[in-house]
Amino acid sequence: MQIIISGLIFGCVYGLAGLGMVLIYKTTGVVNFAQGEMAMITTFVSFLFLSSLNLPYLVSFFLALAFAAILGIVIYQVFMKRIQNQSHIFQMVMTLGLFLILNGVAGLIWGHHPTSYPEAVQGAPFQIGSVFVTPNELFVVGLTAVLMLLFFFFFKYSKVGLAMRASSQDITAAELMGVKVSTVFLSIWAIGAILGGVAGMMTAPITFLNINMMFTVLVMAFAAAVLGGFVSLPGALVGGLIVGVFENLVSYYGAPEMKMVYTFLLIVAVLYIRPQGIFGGEKMVKKV
Amino acid sequence: MKQLLGNKKAWVSLLILFALAFPMLVGNSGYFMTLFVLACVYVIAAMALNLLVGFGGQISVGNAAFLVIGGYTVAILAGKYNLPIWLLLPLSGVVTGVIGLVIGLPAVRLSGHFLAVATLGFGLSVPQIVLNWDTMTNGYSGLSVSRPAFLSSDIQFFYVVVLITLLVIWVMNNIVKSGLGRAFIAIRDSEVAAQANGIHIAFYKTMMFVISAFFTGIAGGLYAYWIGFVSPDDFSIVTSLMLLAMIVVGGMASIPGAIIGAVLFTIIPHFTNAFVGITNIVIGLAVVLVLFFRPKGIVSLFDFAKKPHSKQESSEPASASASVKGVARDVNL
Repeated sequence: MQIIISGLIFGCVYGLAGLGMVLIYKTTGVVNFAQGEMAMITTFVSFLFLSSLNLPYLVSFFLALAFAAILGIVIYQVFMKRIQNQSHIFQMVMTLGLFLILNGVAGLIWGHHPTSYPEAVQGAPFQIGSVFVTPNELFVVGLTAVLMLLFFFFFKYSKVGLAMRASSQDITAAELMGVKVSTVFLSIWAIGAILGGVAGMMTAPITFLNINMMFTVLVMAFAAAVLGGFVSLPGALVGGLIVGVFENLVSYYGAPEMKMVYTFLLIVAVLYIRPQGIFGGEKMVKKV
Repeated sequence: MKQLLGNKKAWVSLLILFALAFPMLVGNSGYFMTLFVLACVYVIAAMALNLLVGFGGQISVGNAAFLVIGGYTVAILAGKYNLPIWLLLPLSGVVTGVIGLVIGLPAVRLSGHFLAVATLGFGLSVPQIVLNWDTMTNGYSGLSVSRPAFLSSDIQFFYVVVLITLLVIWVMNNIVKSGLGRAFIAIRDSEVAAQANGIHIAFYKTMMFVISAFFTGIAGGLYAYWIGFVSPDDFSIVTSLMLLAMIVVGGMASIPGAIIGAVLFTIIPHFTNAFVGITNIVIGLAVVLVLFFRPKGIVSLFDFAKKPHSKQESSEPASASASVKGVARDVNL
């Protein structure tokens, strides 16, 4: 039980990062490999607020998210907008290039030594039934749930959400209906970066703060997104939870160092049975 | 002058001459010869990946794992059974090809980013398995590989590498032009249309993986022999991503493109390694700049030479970009 709960908590982080990826993919058609590095930079910036400016955690948390939004917007405006009409593999390689640049720049600025990063909520672990949880873990789960709900209502009921759903279905039609698609793309990149930033700040206390900390999270988020079908927002979260629990079970009962291997075996097995992912809906038929 | 630039044969002979004279040019420097051999290894691997991604439209983000498998095949079989090199190099390709078959079978059902994550998992898993399969691979410590006595000097083995690389380039060129290559391109452009023309999709997709794995495995074997040592972190997932960047920067669905990309990305770290962390930035910037200004890859710089009357041919780039869009539709990434 303890193992499953801890797995779920990891899974929330994967799910959040995966959610950002799915959001960007669903609307703009780009698989964002730079997602993890954007989150890493955001986390470093939040650490800067925390340590150099001595701001309280919540303030630096939101300041960092504001920074993430700006980062997302800048990346879209400077890099992604210019190759929007290129083929998708080029856009993917562009994010790969961004991944390298961001990683290199962060290494130059902050060096390669891991530093410790504070938890969002301090406090000793307490017992619920037979399970021990820390307040910080509860915070992670709560935050994920709140963000999910927020997204649900945002997409379902707000006008901007409607515009986003419209553009993700058919860009041309959305444009004809008066939706400003480039504004939608811009906000999607900002939201995606914010989600990544949240995931980054939740990861840093566990892995220590360093420039490569998001790599595993990125890979697992990608896996989670694919497991969920890559176009479904709840799917990304459920995928994240499955990956998190499975990974934790493997490291407890099997070999911890082989958890990635088994996780991917699971994913390939799932995809073999259901090539469109668990929440993928109908298999997309390619037109001639 | 333009005619000379467009003359393919002149280019090829110049390239071969340069390769043969290279040890003399650098005064038999071990460092530069290693750089050249590494470039050859990446040229083979990039061409193999280009067959899969550029010509076949099947995305793979785990091809570097084939390099690891090729290298370890040579290291294990040479160490345990003392097999000769002329048997081991093809064998490293065959073993990797068989593993490529195992990967290709489920891959036939997947497309786009689903295929990407399956190959990503493969690329991440192989180094992990190598690391933990102590009895076979010696774990962290890696395995040493000794070259056969008659090829013990670097200069001799250098020419073996050059010869094999040229051979692979020639074979690749023929594969691409053969019915096999045309079937791959047909699948990339439209699976439905390819099927309607009697192309067995599952068979050809699996073939793509097998061929790509076979050649990448040989490249891994060459690497193991040259360095004389293999370890689990020789080729990581970053190498796989780098291979992908090589073919995009060099030019998709183009053999000279793959060669240019591979050479470029081998040389860049040579100039930037003196400064920690700069390598990533420079490679990343190179990718970004090429995508901005030369979306069809560096190889498209040479197009003016091939087509001297460019005004008449102005419709040609449009159709080329249309075929690239075809990749987009299939790759869907």
